[in-house]
Amino acid sequence: MRMTESRRAALEEALLPLAVALAVVLVVGDLLILAYGEAPGAVWRLLLDGTWGNAYGIGQVLYKATTLTCTGLAVALALRAGLFNIGAEGQLAAGGFGAAVMGLALPTGTPSLLAIGACVAAAALCGSAVGAVPGVLRARFGAHEVIVTIMMNFIVLALLNYVVAAKLHVPETLHTPALEAGTVGRVAATFPAFHGSALNWTIVLVAAAVVSVAWYLFRTRAGFELRAVGLQPDAAEYGGVSVSRTWIGAMALSGAIAGLGGVNFVLGYKGYYEDGFAGGAGFLGIVVALVGRNHPLGVVIAALFFATLSQGGLAINAMVPKQIVEVLQGIVILAIASSVPEVRRLVRKAAGARRADTGATS
Amino acid sequence: MTLLLFLAQTIRIAVPYLFAAAGGALAERAGIVSLSLEGFMLGGAFGAVIGAHYTDSAWIGVVSGVVAGLGLAGMHAVCTLRFKADQIVTGVAINLFAVGITRFLLQLAFDSSSNSPRVAGFGGENVGGALALASNPLVWLGVAVMPVLAFVVYRTTFGLRVRAVGEHPAAAASLGVPVNRVRYAAVLGSGALAALGGTYLALDQHQFTDSMTAGRGFIALAAVIFGRWDPMRAGVACLLFAAAETLQIRLQATQIIPSQFVAMIPYVLTIVAVAGVVGRSRSPAALGRTTE
Repeated sequence: MRMTESRRAALEEALLPLAVALAVVLVVGDLLILAYGEAPGAVWRLLLDGTWGNAYGIGQVLYKATTLTCTGLAVALALRAGLFNIGAEGQLAAGGFGAAVMGLALPTGTPSLLAIGACVAAAALCGSAVGAVPGVLRARFGAHEVIVTIMMNFIVLALLNYVVAAKLHVPETLHTPALEAGTVGRVAATFPAFHGSALNWTIVLVAAAVVSVAWYLFRTRAGFELRAVGLQPDAAEYGGVSVSRTWIGAMALSGAIAGLGGVNFVLGYKGYYEDGFAGGAGFLGIVVALVGRNHPLGVVIAALFFATLSQGGLAINAMVPKQIVEVLQGIVILAIASSVPEVRRLVRKAAGARRADTGATS
Repeated sequence: MTLLLFLAQTIRIAVPYLFAAAGGALAERAGIVSLSLEGFMLGGAFGAVIGAHYTDSAWIGVVSGVVAGLGLAGMHAVCTLRFKADQIVTGVAINLFAVGITRFLLQLAFDSSSNSPRVAGFGGENVGGALALASNPLVWLGVAVMPVLAFVVYRTTFGLRVRAVGEHPAAAASLGVPVNRVRYAAVLGSGALAALGGTYLALDQHQFTDSMTAGRGFIALAAVIFGRWDPMRAGVACLLFAAAETLQIRLQATQIIPSQFVAMIPYVLTIVAVAGVVGRSRSPAALGRTTE
């Protein structure tokens, strides 16, 4: 009895940010749409039709959610260790770049599975290298990871821009030549209904990553130690956990997961690396982690939510500017960050009152 | 003569950094993380163009730019101080919001996704180089902002309070300092200052273009950290970063150093500074913590 009560409270708490997000989107969205002189009902219907209303829309949402799941999971994992990784943007770009370089270097006839494996490993490795730097600087020198990850974003993006512009680009463009090997097939090749959407089999890889991270966090000793460090570094250290090693490992793993997101674009969608492809997905990962309450499953749901918004923006562009979605994203974060601690207190209080009630009657 | 031109160009690039870094130094000294300088600047740039467009007056543009910055800073302050939202999350959100809302309003006001029409600026249309610079009052304000801020922070009661709530809010509170009120003032001040940087940028280019601040708020934040949260040092860092950019523009034709590497300088220096390789850069003790 008590178990189910606390479970219900936990569920309510977990769904809370999503509920706040939805409410804010509806209210502020309505105001913006009205400001632009359109009818909210029609716009929202268009948004749903353009996203979950047909196979192409679903494919596009799932494609975008795949990248966002990676960056969100990356931020969430680091936060579980008590570190704020603002560097997912750079790690994502580095991952995509690593995959592309490996794909360009492999000979044309490389067996597909082998080539994909090598490219994915390269993506994870590059992302993890970028992520590890702030981890090491935090562990060894106490440099605040927020500052270092922000600065790393700019450094990595400038470096990749230089390499692509100076060494690797196809003339007149800012992307590399098409990869020789390692590209991942489109889902549409097997299920023609998704025709035209960027959805590709990277989604399976990312789903596996979500399950692995959940298992790692909640079912392994290392994951337990990571969470312990995140909750109480001093206590964890006293308990025999090396905080600095956990921090470095968490940041490297976080970077690797963000880097995986690059696979979705480079191997699955375009078949080459393009400068600036990350396009803010790394920063949105922070939002995804926040709304998903740093839980792998929550991250997936939040990624779907924001992917729907982002694809929906394109769908409604004929009626209202798609920038409405960017405004909403900002407002949603502010609302969640401001309200959730407060509302959670209320929920806890209500749950406590309920428990007291059942205690009194039984 | 070339030296004068070099100096003029350096100052021209440095002015937005100086304003935004002044805002960053003020807020961070009061214990509030300044990730949203970029958003404040962008809001300021857009507000300035709106004001200048509808009134044909650059001065009204300055006022409306500052008002836009105050609005964004007000949101930041209410979320972090009233509702105790995480300052880093809020900062990221303000930046996202500023990009979105300026794009939305750009579409709404000028029916364009890229830029506003040409607006009034501060004179100097026919005079080139250093003279045009000298005829812009915002330049003089920008050059003066760090010394003034240094005076405010180190020599006034308000400055003492700012430093106190940034280092030890509990102690400050026990001495009767209204911690939250001081922090509200510091965040609003930082929004106004950073918005002046954006205003200068927009009026200097006579228009607003989508995401025109292009990371300058983060360079300003880098200058604050590299300058160890001290206004004068942060000002020197701004000039240093601007000089590097000027040098890069001058050397562009020769291609000695790729521009991307020059662009990295502020960020690399900041990482070196926080990692403490050459003298640890120490933040205000209560930075990022909101008192209960």
